Amino acid sequence: MRVMAQMAMVMNLDKCIGCHTCSVTCKQAWTNRKGTEYVWFNNVETRPGQGYPRGYEDQEKWQGGWALSKRGKLKLKSGGKWAKLASIFSNPKLPGIEDYYEPWSYEYENLLNAPAQKHIPTAPPKSLLTGERMNIEWSANWDDDLGGTYANKDKDPMLKGIEDKVKLEFEDTFMFYLPRICEHCLNPSCAASCPSGAIYKRSEDGIVLVDQERCRGWRFCVSGCPYKKIYFNHKTGKAEKCTFCYPRIEHGEPTVCAETCVGRLRYIGLVFYDADRVTEAAATPNDQDLYEAQKDLILDPFDPEVMENAEASGIPYDWIVGAQNSPIYKLIKEYEVALPLHPEYRTMPMVWYIPPLSPIVDIVADTGYDAEDAGNLFGAIDELRIPIEYLANLFTAGDVDIVADVLRKMAAMRSYMRDINLDNAPDESIAHAVGMDGQTMQDMYRLLALAKYDERYVIPAGHSESAHDLEAIGSDCPLNFDGGPGMEDIPGAAGNADKFVGPGDKEHLKGRFNLFNWDGKGRPPGLFPEPRGA
Amino acid sequence: MTSPTAWHTFLWVIIPYLALASFILGHIWRYRYDKFGWTTRSSQIYESKLLRIGSPMFHYGIIFVFLGHVIGLGVPKSWTEAVGLTDAWYHLMAITVGLAAAIATVGGLAILIYRRRSNNRVFGETTKLDKLMYLMLAITILAGTYATIFESALGHYDYREGISIWFRQFWTLQPDVMLMATAPPGFQIHVISAILLFAVWPFTRLVHVFTVPLGYITRPYIVYRSKDQLRQPQRRGWEQIDF
Repeated sequence: MRVMAQMAMVMNLDKCIGCHTCSVTCKQAWTNRKGTEYVWFNNVETRPGQGYPRGYEDQEKWQGGWALSKRGKLKLKSGGKWAKLASIFSNPKLPGIEDYYEPWSYEYENLLNAPAQKHIPTAPPKSLLTGERMNIEWSANWDDDLGGTYANKDKDPMLKGIEDKVKLEFEDTFMFYLPRICEHCLNPSCAASCPSGAIYKRSEDGIVLVDQERCRGWRFCVSGCPYKKIYFNHKTGKAEKCTFCYPRIEHGEPTVCAETCVGRLRYIGLVFYDADRVTEAAATPNDQDLYEAQKDLILDPFDPEVMENAEASGIPYDWIVGAQNSPIYKLIKEYEVALPLHPEYRTMPMVWYIPPLSPIVDIVADTGYDAEDAGNLFGAIDELRIPIEYLANLFTAGDVDIVADVLRKMAAMRSYMRDINLDNAPDESIAHAVGMDGQTMQDMYRLLALAKYDERYVIPAGHSESAHDLEAIGSDCPLNFDGGPGMEDIPGAAGNADKFVGPGDKEHLKGRFNLFNWDGKGRPPGLFPEPRGA
Repeated sequence: MTSPTAWHTFLWVIIPYLALASFILGHIWRYRYDKFGWTTRSSQIYESKLLRIGSPMFHYGIIFVFLGHVIGLGVPKSWTEAVGLTDAWYHLMAITVGLAAAIATVGGLAILIYRRRSNNRVFGETTKLDKLMYLMLAITILAGTYATIFESALGHYDYREGISIWFRQFWTLQPDVMLMATAPPGFQIHVISAILLFAVWPFTRLVHVFTVPLGYITRPYIVYRSKDQLRQPQRRGWEQIDF
């Protein structure tokens, strides 16, 4: 067993209202630059829908992710290393800008500079690629709220095989939002596809990053990622991707998308996994067993053996405590309500989702029945196969039973908590019907409905003691070496020279003159070296 | 043979060595200070259909052209004769393989230049340096093709008795200027434009040639890196100083 820590996210889709605040704040933070106009590290898709880039889930077309060879070995779906190098001069599976959309702005100047005229001046759209005027035909969320989805329904790869049934039910529109970021996979196919070795998984927290100095722009990562969450910056010629806001995570703060989520539907925390078994789990023969296989990789942070191994592999104590308090661990392993997005891509994604119950609740409520009654909801989950088949295509490689189980738990919680709200005696049989007890039901309710900031985000700060020392080389006075000038114990001109002294109270830093406290007057002792022989 | 003039020395001694200095120092400088700019700067995201034909054509062609140059310039005539390869056989091989490579290279380049000019998105992302690079690349390749066909294959010039010797002398710092000065004009243009191309090479996107990712073949699929440099396994080298 080789324990590694992974920073992971769970999103509760029931709470997503599709407001795109996460997308916008992420874009402002990370991709508001030239070359990344079309890039959304975080995007929100309406499902059913084509997603962004269009139809990215059709791996028969894009060949992203991993597949099993005839002998059952794990291989990149798009071919091996030699095949990649042979096609390096023109990537055969690269999405073009038209698969995303042509980025544009508007000629706002026209509004101010137009001469007096009969008609109101307009601000026509202008391509950000060519600078020419253009017709806007698509964007990252063009089919928002099912706009155009009916006409394009055959283009949603996840509707394949059930499109006729969905067509019949389109009048009772079934719809939900799917916010997506990089999955920070345990077995990232982008990293495996990168010829330069520029994409790496951080051994401390599992965040997958692109080394901008090593990327040479071969573009195989873009086609290798089945989620199409690596983007090509067409100005710099380098790949860019969601960074899980690592500068914030290192300081114990949640990602920008999570911080600004108005629905508070995102949870961030650590999980421990067994790095030795990742390849084996990813090579599970049956697609529908991949969810279980990945769940099994995640280790119990309370197990003494796991704790011991974690310590042995250099995971600090507060991180072990962090993994024990992790909301992610609870949602994936204890309550088993979170599911991975497209486990069949075999990348072992680490952003999981609680599938939405709301479409089913809505349908039950529309029929006039009590949509908070456990019996009605259980019945509806059994009846409404189409939405559940669709969800299963997204989250369990098509295994409807797993999705139905999760939805039953959510329905049970809804019903159970209603009794408590109405001061009725809680009905333990509801909890038992989904294999839980009343206390677990209430704990899960607390986590899903009430959890405060520090319960949703359990992020132990990064350990960078040694990195801080490196930083100090750059930020400290170069004369502050041991026994160097400024090392005597003299207060600064403002009288409190030692206030800023750091890091720690290191003996050799005592008495150095701190320029932060200097009032700029005179020649304080310790500022300059003593004249020789003085 | 007449003795070299100052102009000859300038063209075939001073410029080549200045270009060599620019090539080597330029690459060292670029690698140390501009790794962020070290990229193919692909434009495939804008346009794929023409690139799919033109780019592999050009690149595979130029690889064979390069190998041809290694043999033509690097291997002395006496060596090939020593292993019993007659002139006739040598030229037959050089011309058949060379012609195929030349057709692919020139054809690929034509497609790529047409694509760059005709597609507004691609043209918009073309820098001045790109244009200069394309110009010099085109002159070098066209002059080289012309010289090989009309001055060597159909003409009477044997580059293995002239340019090749000058090329090897160049590396031993004893170039005989007259070998170049008496070469046919097509070859002269080919060589001087190639030399100028090498001089600007490190400052263009051509640097990607030197980071061909051959290490991918032996590397494990997933790369792990610590954010903390000190926890990386230490490489062999000088003793580290602890701060």
